[in-house]
Amino acid sequence: MHSVREAYFIFLKDFQLEFRSRYALNAIFLFAVTTLTAVSFSIGPQRLKTEILSPLLWIILFFSAMTGLSHIFVREEEQQTADTLRLVTSSTAVFLGKWFFNLILLIALEIIIIPLYLAMLGVEVGNSAVFFTVLLLGSLGLSSVATLIAAIISQASAKGALFAVLSFPISLPVLISGIHATRIALEGGTFSDGLPDLQILFSFSVVIFTLSVLLFEFIWRK
Amino acid sequence: MWQITASQLSQKFNQRLVFENISFQISSGHSLAFIGPNGSGKTSLIRIICGLHRPYHGQIQFTFKNRLVSGRQVYSQIGLVGPYLQLYNQLTAFENYAFFARIRGLAVDSSHLKRLMDRFGLRGRELDELRTFSSGMLQRMKYVIAVMHQPECLILDEPTANLDEAGAALVYELMQDQRKNHILIFATNESSEVKLGDNHIALGA
Repeated sequence: MHSVREAYFIFLKDFQLEFRSRYALNAIFLFAVTTLTAVSFSIGPQRLKTEILSPLLWIILFFSAMTGLSHIFVREEEQQTADTLRLVTSSTAVFLGKWFFNLILLIALEIIIIPLYLAMLGVEVGNSAVFFTVLLLGSLGLSSVATLIAAIISQASAKGALFAVLSFPISLPVLISGIHATRIALEGGTFSDGLPDLQILFSFSVVIFTLSVLLFEFIWRK
Repeated sequence: MWQITASQLSQKFNQRLVFENISFQISSGHSLAFIGPNGSGKTSLIRIICGLHRPYHGQIQFTFKNRLVSGRQVYSQIGLVGPYLQLYNQLTAFENYAFFARIRGLAVDSSHLKRLMDRFGLRGRELDELRTFSSGMLQRMKYVIAVMHQPECLILDEPTANLDEAGAALVYELMQDQRKNHILIFATNESSEVKLGDNHIALGA
């Protein structure tokens, strides 16, 4: 219970810091909007097939996340505040606080990107409930992976390149299932049609979150 | 009565032995100074005591009334000031205070912060972002955060670094107060500070 309370204070502190600098926020939104605009202009009035639209959404989400979500730990190491945090709270509280911040950031990105994606590419969602469930479960998985990998790469020198390289193989189950389930949702499929993918997304999110909480101590405490 | 016991502590960096077989015991009402030239391992030893670094060999134990304590109970009793320990420069002094108070389970009390800021010569700067502070003022702010929870064990690495004469005098006063009833551990290169330690351990000798 202590850890959850402390995690909330860490989340609030990170929110305050991000609100002041807007570093991660700007990096994420700029990447997402640029990609969407470039694709939208290049295809013109042409309607893309769901086989293309679905991976396009996840490419935008994945790489937008990769541009900004590592900042949460990189900032602590670069400004030498990580030791201060290590001294006053448990590793579980730090992971939960940072994970929740990344999850909220990813959901905020989706709230802005999804309407733009639908409008600029002329996408029609066949089954909104399945579509948003896939996005929510995918965000849970992506934010867990991003938070754990961010903690690892924050102690390395080539941070930017390492983050995407290390995150990609671990995020692959989220991307494959997310892309497949999104395609089903765009084509109007029901929950039972997308059930295998939703099960994978849910299981992956639970497993990676649990593993991250358990392993984080070894990454955080040098 | 709190007690810290270090047994056979050794530290290695890239096969280079920094120090080995350091053992000591210190209890409430005493102070201990680590002295030695640059690179002798003073900071590493301080970091090991605070749990920020794992020793290559040996262990450190905290006991309260002869009962072993660990984890949350330990770090709630430590106040550390060191050059590698920074505060959040984009937050104000009050926001930093509020964050650490909440994390430590204390009430956020602006009059308490005001008293601490007065004590360390930072009166009226509560609402300023720390990035507007000079290095000496930042060092004073670190003391505000380190003693806000009245720690049983105050650990200082280069206690007067970046401080002017008035700032150093404030720190010496704090160290004198701490060593009376609590535990004070510090690392220094200043010969004038060594006398504040009841005992000292010379590293790199």
